[in-house]
Amino acid sequence: MLQLEGVGKTYPNGAHALEGVSFAVEPGEIVAIVGGSGCGKSTMLRAIAGLDTPSRGRVVLDGATVTAPHEKIGIVFQEPRLLPWLSVADNIGFGLEHLPKAERVARIGEALRRVGLAEKARAWPRELSGGQAQRVAIARALVPRPEVLLLDEPFSALDAFTRADLQEHLLDLWADLRPTLILVTHDVEEAVVLADRIYVMKPRPGRLFEEIVTGLPRPRDRQSVRFETAKKQVLAALDRSLARNSRDKADEAPAGAGMWW
Amino acid sequence: MSVGGMSIAADDIEAAPAQRAAWTRYAKPVLGLIVPVVLAVGWELAVRFGLSNGRLVPPPSVIYATFMELARAGELQRHAAATVARVAAGFGLGVAAGTVLGAVTGYSSLTRRLLDPTLQALRAIPSIAWVPLFILWLGIFEASKVTLIAVGVFFPVYLGVMGAVVSVDRKIVEVGRAFRLSGAGMIRRILLPAVLPSYVVALRSGLGLGWMFVVAAEFMGASEGLGFLLVDGQQLGKPAQIVAAIVAFAVLGKLTDWLIVGLTAPLLRWEDRARHTEA
Ligand SMILES: Nc1ncnc2c1ncn2[C@@H]1O[C@H](COP(=O)(O)OP(=O)(O)O)[C@@H](O)[C@H]1O
Ligand SMILES: [Mg+2]
Repeated sequence: MLQLEGVGKTYPNGAHALEGVSFAVEPGEIVAIVGGSGCGKSTMLRAIAGLDTPSRGRVVLDGATVTAPHEKIGIVFQEPRLLPWLSVADNIGFGLEHLPKAERVARIGEALRRVGLAEKARAWPRELSGGQAQRVAIARALVPRPEVLLLDEPFSALDAFTRADLQEHLLDLWADLRPTLILVTHDVEEAVVLADRIYVMKPRPGRLFEEIVTGLPRPRDRQSVRFETAKKQVLAALDRSLARNSRDKADEAPAGAGMWW
Repeated sequence: MSVGGMSIAADDIEAAPAQRAAWTRYAKPVLGLIVPVVLAVGWELAVRFGLSNGRLVPPPSVIYATFMELARAGELQRHAAATVARVAAGFGLGVAAGTVLGAVTGYSSLTRRLLDPTLQALRAIPSIAWVPLFILWLGIFEASKVTLIAVGVFFPVYLGVMGAVVSVDRKIVEVGRAFRLSGAGMIRRILLPAVLPSYVVALRSGLGLGWMFVVAAEFMGASEGLGFLLVDGQQLGKPAQIVAAIVAFAVLGKLTDWLIVGLTAPLLRWEDRARHTEA
């Protein structure tokens, strides 16, 4: 189980990015974090990943404090960040160097099939589309079989169609081994499609503002009334998170317009 | 000397339509040959028809004959071997020093603050200005020559390596951290491949300077080497020998440049095509 205990972060330049974030995520749960730009979402994810040390509080995985990148925690960034000098297959196998070759090859082959890029195994990253590259990045993070997979706005650079496609893909991959997913997004629909639980954050300093449990059954129908209701619920929470911060901004943005960022 | 590698840019920029591909591929390079060939043939004919005696500017046939004669006597090979040995030694030393110092200053900003200003100041000195000092310190034989070449090779390699290490994408390094690479793993799997393209460029410009400086080094009193052939040809009034030595320099410079490109090409296939069409 992953727990955050009063995690706070003040950057060396004095930026107070995060304060008092506490929550726990059960194994296999999918949690989405939504919030406006600059409310500390990436800071929080980087603390969980062990890429940055929190200034206050701690991150605990299965009873042990996370202080550095952890083998059971994988991360996918907003950009694919593939290594341009490695083939697609070698990129996927980047975290498997310690495994015997046969095992490594088997896992890479399986992952390539699962993300539908088997015929691209020997291609260079520059030959992939944005969506394909991000699928490779997800596969690379998942092949070491992490217990927790962190995703920081992984689909925000993609067009709407590719994004919806990759959301389904991610759910497919998640279903194989059911790792814990923590997904940062500013796309409310994405949060509702994927997550069991949604945290809305509030800026200056970044903190958790509201928790929404949608309880929608899977697979989720984006057209259903319940889906629409859940979306409205999240949007309303987002509006509240901003309204209490600065009234003028809330006045500019009509409630539920989804243009809050 | 190896300046030929820089002549491709114009072809890359013009996006040739498909039907023009063959033209681009075969005819365009031939265009570049027209002027030298016309000049050479013209000069040859001018001398043949007695318009000039060709003593100071020997016609191509005489240059060719001199070149072959030097080669048949084994002179050319002996002098070329001496020059290549000097360039190899100087290049090796310059590359080693430039790589180590470039990597260290690129990696740690402390050593960069400590060393880079001094090295930049030294770089501002025209390297030939060191010659008298090197001769005083190291004598007029091989050591001072190799040192001069090494100094010439050092700076482009140092600058290239430092710049490449400094500009390694922080985001890619973070991928290495997320996968818990050790220091050595980070260097082997992230930093080395990331700097390799700029390193090859740095090696090529270092080599170009190496060939330039070996001439200067051999001017300062050598008993063998292609530079000696140049001086010898001047003193004995043999312009054909001078031109033959120049041709030998050009061929060796281009060959060694190709060698670097050819040896590293398999490691750089991942780069975008446009960046190494000149290979
Ligand atoms: N490395 C850093 N140094 C200083 N300030 C930072 C750094 N990273 C983020 N911040 C600041 O912390 C706040 C939260 O940033 P971030 O976590 O990136 O927000 P989000 O991902 O929600 O957009 C912002 O005000 C940002 O300017
Ligand atoms: Mg962010």
